[in-house]
Order: sequence, then C-alpha cells, then structure tokens
Amino acid sequence: MLEYYLGLFVRAVFIENMALVFFLGMCTFIAISKKIETSLGLGIAVIVVLTITVPVNNLIYQFLLADGALAWAGMPEVDLSFLGFLSYIGVIAAIVQILEMFLDKYVPVLYNALGVFLPLITVNCAILGAALFMVNRDYSFGESVIYGFGSGVGWALAIVVLAGIREKMKYSDVPEGLRGLGITFVTVGLMSLGFMSFGGISL
Amino acid sequence: MSSKEILLNPLFNNNPIGLQILGICSALAVTTKMSVALVMCIALTIVCAFSNLFISIIRDRIPSSVRIIVQMTIIASLVIVVDQVLGAVAYDLSKQLSVFVGLIITNCIVMGRAEAFAMQNPPWPSFIDGVGNGLGYSLILMLVATIRELFGSGSMFGVEVLPLVTNGGWYSPVGLMLLPPSAFFIIGGIIWAIRAWKKDQIEESEHEIGHQTAFSKV
Repeated sequence: MLEYYLGLFVRAVFIENMALVFFLGMCTFIAISKKIETSLGLGIAVIVVLTITVPVNNLIYQFLLADGALAWAGMPEVDLSFLGFLSYIGVIAAIVQILEMFLDKYVPVLYNALGVFLPLITVNCAILGAALFMVNRDYSFGESVIYGFGSGVGWALAIVVLAGIREKMKYSDVPEGLRGLGITFVTVGLMSLGFMSFGGISL
Repeated sequence: MSSKEILLNPLFNNNPIGLQILGICSALAVTTKMSVALVMCIALTIVCAFSNLFISIIRDRIPSSVRIIVQMTIIASLVIVVDQVLGAVAYDLSKQLSVFVGLIITNCIVMGRAEAFAMQNPPWPSFIDGVGNGLGYSLILMLVATIRELFGSGSMFGVEVLPLVTNGGWYSPVGLMLLPPSAFFIIGGIIWAIRAWKKDQIEESEHEIGHQTAFSKV
C-alpha cells in the first residue's frame, strides 16, 4: 500500500511533471522565474494550494457531481458532471481566498512571503489541470491527496530549477531576437528533454 | 482605434503568445495533430469573443471587488457549452483534447483580454478584440501544429503528404517532433523570427558584456 502511494508520488513529481511534461501553469512559469527567491515563494504557494484543492474537489466530485453520486440524497438518477468546470474553479477561487485571509491573520510571515502570488494562483492552469486529471483518472480520496501534493512539488521543482538557470543565463551573450522570452523557451525545451528520461521508469 | 486595427493588431504586432506571454500552456500541449489544434483554436476564439462581449455588456454593473469571480463564472459557463457541443458533435476529438478544453477557463488569453480590454470598452470593439486575439493565438498554434505534424508524422490533417519509409516512401519521420520538448523549440524559433522582423519587440539585455581590453587578451 505504502509502495503504491510512493509510486504515485514519484510519478506525479517526475514522470508526469505538471510544467515540463503537460505544460500546465506555463504563463506564470515563464513570467515569474527570473529570481530563485520569488520562484521558490510561488512554488510553495502552488504546493499548498494544490494539496488542499485537489482533495476538496475530489470530495465534491464523488459526493455531488458524479453520475449517481446524489443517491444519498434520494436522487440516484441525477448526473451533474457537466457542472464540473464551474464548481472546480469556484472551489479553487474560494479556497485561495480563504487561505489568503487565514494566512493574513494567523501566519503573517508566510503571507508576506507569498504576497501577490497567492491570488494569482487562482488562474494558474496547473491547479485546475490537476483537478481535471484527478477526475479523469478516477482517483480515490487518498490518491488525490498524494497526487495534489506530488504535482505541486513537481511544479515547484521545475520553476526553481528554471530560475537557477536563468540567473546564470543573464550573463551570456544571446542573439538579439532570442533574448528574454525566446531563449527561455529553448531552455525549458532542453529541461523538458531531460525530464523525458524519467518516462522509461516503470513503477 | 478602428475595428480593423483591433482585429489585426493581435496577429503580429501584439501577438498574445509571442509578446504578451499568454495562453502558452495549451499552445504546447495540443499541437501534435493539426485537426486537434484546429478544434482547440475554434473553441478558444469562440470563448474569448463571447466572454469579452458578455463581460463588456455588464461591465458597469460588476463591483470591482468580485470581478474576477464574475468573469470566471461567465467564462466557465461558455466553456461548459463548448465542451458539451464538442462531446456531442466530435466525440473522438473531444477525447483527444481531454482536459485541455476545460483548461480554456484558466487560459490567460481569455482572462487577460476580459480584464484588460472588455472591462473598459463597449461591447462591439470587445467582441472584435476577442476574435482578434483568438486569431492571433490560432496563428501560432496552427503554425506549430503544421510543423510538428508535417515533420513528425509526414502528414497534414491526417492525410499523408510526405510518403513514410514504413509505407514504402522516402521520408523517415523526426520522432522528436512528436515529443513535448519540440514545441518549446519551435515556439522559441517563431518568437525569434517575429522579432527579427519586428525589431521593436526585442527585449533589453539585463547584463552588458564589457569590451575587451588589452589586458584581457593576454
């Protein structure tokens, strides 16, 4: 059992890395990876939000939206799965808001460190993407906790590594047109190529 | 700005992917096949145009503190419609797109244009702006998909253009083109090409390399 969950975790972090294999959360990934410090803050925020939202969305899907899920309320024929997108994004927006208020009141250090990144996370496609993948693959509650945490760690790892490379890269002489955005894409491409090598691992 | 400018500006001068760094996620993930990419382009253009239109119509009545939630709700409802239609009309394609239709909700192009344009402008220009940005996105997406499908599997829209070695032809496909990393290289190259043509988009260097002095040559 433990082995299975460990395998799921490793798969979420390396083999199915959110950023480098599924290209999710790319906009923030490219835009906010100039400094290691800020990208680390963003990475931690993503881990926290993913670890909470994926399991919550899992519960909502299992007990409210899935085909026949409303049997406990005496309505076994109702299938609300078409409302999925709307409820997942609503849950994510609400949780990010609550988390922001909670951190502001009880953990001001972390709140100040995360700063503007927290509200930005609502529109990060990695968060919604993880919820959709979770539904697609029929994860149970336990699996969704591990999956949410693992994919967050994978995303954070990728953005910190990219920020490290970009900090060194600003000293290199890049062709004019490729400067900035262009060379970042090529770099991410090479990183993604590196992560492909995890693809052969069978768990 | 005239309607024509609003429509055509996002194609080259202010391309959402090339310059604004918006909506890259799906640009990379759905471009291994042209047919899939085309469906994605149409879906995104429709959602972007209509979300701009609706948000612009009610822009004076949205309290600014909850505007993100309101925008999200409108966009998510439109995406649900698109997803249901796709599932009914083109079931196979919607399976191939898997989660990426749903991810239009968080596509930064849609949110970004709603926030940056539709909240300040009347409905008609907003609608045009949505279509324009959808087309700017489609342009890059189709370009990437064409390169990837043509060189990766020797076909266009599933029809074999370059006869493959395995089918008795001469073309041996470049496997890399079907793998995720190639999308990054191609988009990087496209950005380079656009910037070589439109010099004003080139970014400032963050660090100046000093000139060589007589001592450093020793």
